[in-house]
Amino acid sequence: MSALLDVRGLSIAFPKATPVRDVSLTVEAGETVALVGESGSGKSLTALALLRLLPERARIASGEVLFGGRDLARLGDRELRDVRGRDIAMVFQEPMTALNPVLSVGDQIAEVVRLHQGLSRGAARARAVELLDLVRIPEPQRRVAEYPHELSGGMRQRVMIAIAVACSPRLLIADEPTTALDVTIQAQVLDLLDALRRDLSMGLLLITHDLGVVAEWADRVAVMYAGRKVEEAPFEVLFATPLHPYTRGLLAASPRLEAGQHCSVGPLNEIRGSIASAAGEKGCAFAPRCPLARAACRIAVPDLVSIAPGRLSACPVTTAAPVSEACHAAPVG
Amino acid sequence: MHGTDTFNPTAGARIAASREQNLPPSPGAEAWPNVHAPDAARAATQEVQRLTPAHGRRALRAFLANPTAVAGCLILVFVTAAALLAPLLFPDDPLELAGRPLLWPGQDPRFPLGTDALGRNVLAGLVHGARVSLLIGASAAIVGLLAGILIGATAGYFGGAVDDGLVKLVEIFQTIPSFILLIVLVAIAEPSIPAIALAIGAVSWPQVARLVRAQFRALKEKELVAAAHALGYGHARIIFREILPNALPPVIVLISVTVATAILMESALSFMGLGDPNVVSWGSMIGAGRELLRTAWYLAAVPGLAIVATVLALNLIGDGLNDALNPRLSGEGQQ
Repeated sequence: MSALLDVRGLSIAFPKATPVRDVSLTVEAGETVALVGESGSGKSLTALALLRLLPERARIASGEVLFGGRDLARLGDRELRDVRGRDIAMVFQEPMTALNPVLSVGDQIAEVVRLHQGLSRGAARARAVELLDLVRIPEPQRRVAEYPHELSGGMRQRVMIAIAVACSPRLLIADEPTTALDVTIQAQVLDLLDALRRDLSMGLLLITHDLGVVAEWADRVAVMYAGRKVEEAPFEVLFATPLHPYTRGLLAASPRLEAGQHCSVGPLNEIRGSIASAAGEKGCAFAPRCPLARAACRIAVPDLVSIAPGRLSACPVTTAAPVSEACHAAPVG
Repeated sequence: MHGTDTFNPTAGARIAASREQNLPPSPGAEAWPNVHAPDAARAATQEVQRLTPAHGRRALRAFLANPTAVAGCLILVFVTAAALLAPLLFPDDPLELAGRPLLWPGQDPRFPLGTDALGRNVLAGLVHGARVSLLIGASAAIVGLLAGILIGATAGYFGGAVDDGLVKLVEIFQTIPSFILLIVLVAIAEPSIPAIALAIGAVSWPQVARLVRAQFRALKEKELVAAAHALGYGHARIIFREILPNALPPVIVLISVTVATAILMESALSFMGLGDPNVVSWGSMIGAGRELLRTAWYLAAVPGLAIVATVLALNLIGDGLNDALNPRLSGEGQQ
């Protein structure tokens, strides 16, 4: 069975930089894939590139974005507009700026179903109320006439989600959907996304920097660093036996209660340095920050190799060494 | 958490603003010193102002709490009422002889504002002149607004070569002295009310286009536009339904000033004898009274005062709208 979304060798170029290189990614129907990375790792650009929503100066330099047998990277504008919002929808990070402040939420939901499903004004209005109910907004009849500024942050993100799932898309891309929300609301919104994924059997591509979000909601995780995918694994495997030193650093840097780590006990783990140190590097972008780096790491970019089905890593050092030994060496700082 | 990998709307707005400041100053601004609308640079840096009913009500309250704005409204309502009631108040042609020439105001109760050198009723001329001034002011502003919004929105939204071409067009219009161009246009066409309105609209659109372009450049970087693209909306839908309503508040302020400028331009044309000869207008009344300035100064002063009052009223309304719609000045703060 071919995947719902199959990204092959995607590179994104600006006039003077190539922030995303050779990223491949698949999302199956009904599956949640998390794309994890820190700021500047290229995860949001990758998400935007899937629907060709890149900033003006950026372009897809190479690669394919296969969706339903068509390459979205080369689709005509008309066909692409039909895919956007109907087959693939997107939820943005900040609902306050992504919603139109001068239209009521009902109008904004009705607009997209009228465009893609050709519903009449009245039917679209009724559908808007249904959708608000679907995203568990209380009193949808009343809320449908309200404006974004009259709603709370969590409500606004629910409205964004209602707009996104209005046409029952087959793939939902959520670009840091909970970053702008407070922690209690985050869980509710992610629960909602998860429930909708199951009910509508959508694929869900979750862009995040939050490993807590990944642990609870993702089926499969792809880790990005400095524009490249460095590791991919089912989430249980990734959390149990991370292979790439960057992934290990990330996991070690998440404080865990059972490990007795707390900021009152001692300094928390960190990954030394910053992603900017990758600039101008010839070899592995993580080498300057890597405790296991060898001379060979600084010469050529290591290949992403398949270790087991669905298990990829781009670190020759740790894939060669026994896992348990390497694991102890990982925490830095 | 945002590095280089996402849209940066504020930086976009700042770039738009700094680009606006590099445009040459409009020569029209000196020719028509009453124009002090929010300039494009300032508008571009302003946050998205909102036109929702709730914000509209708040803006309306702020507007009504402003005594000068209310005074402007009252003057404008009075002038508009006079213009609408002119055929009832003075059913005869105001260009017909009505009584003894050169009666001073108050000399004859039949002519409260006196008569001119040909014995025409000055009050009747004033009231009928209001029709012409307001009609030309409004229709010229509509022409200028439609053209300016279309051109400014296209340039600001699409950017690139389209923007470069349209900005050149705006610059060409702005480097030609607008009143000279207006005289040429009216001289080529027959001086009739539609021709004059079209000509004034043709010289006043560049200002609207600059403002709308700046607004669009700032707004198209906003996430709501990216979200609209992600929903598969076409360009026309994004321009007119998503961006334009958000871009309108400063344009609304500009409307009042555009109407005022159009009234001044029409008066100047009529003063020079380039107006429609078949209708009385304030400018033509001043032009006719000019020769008798030393003996019967009221002939120029009365229509002059009418122009001053109307243009002042429109500017007061514009200032009031600016204060009411600008969240920083009306102390509403921003969300």
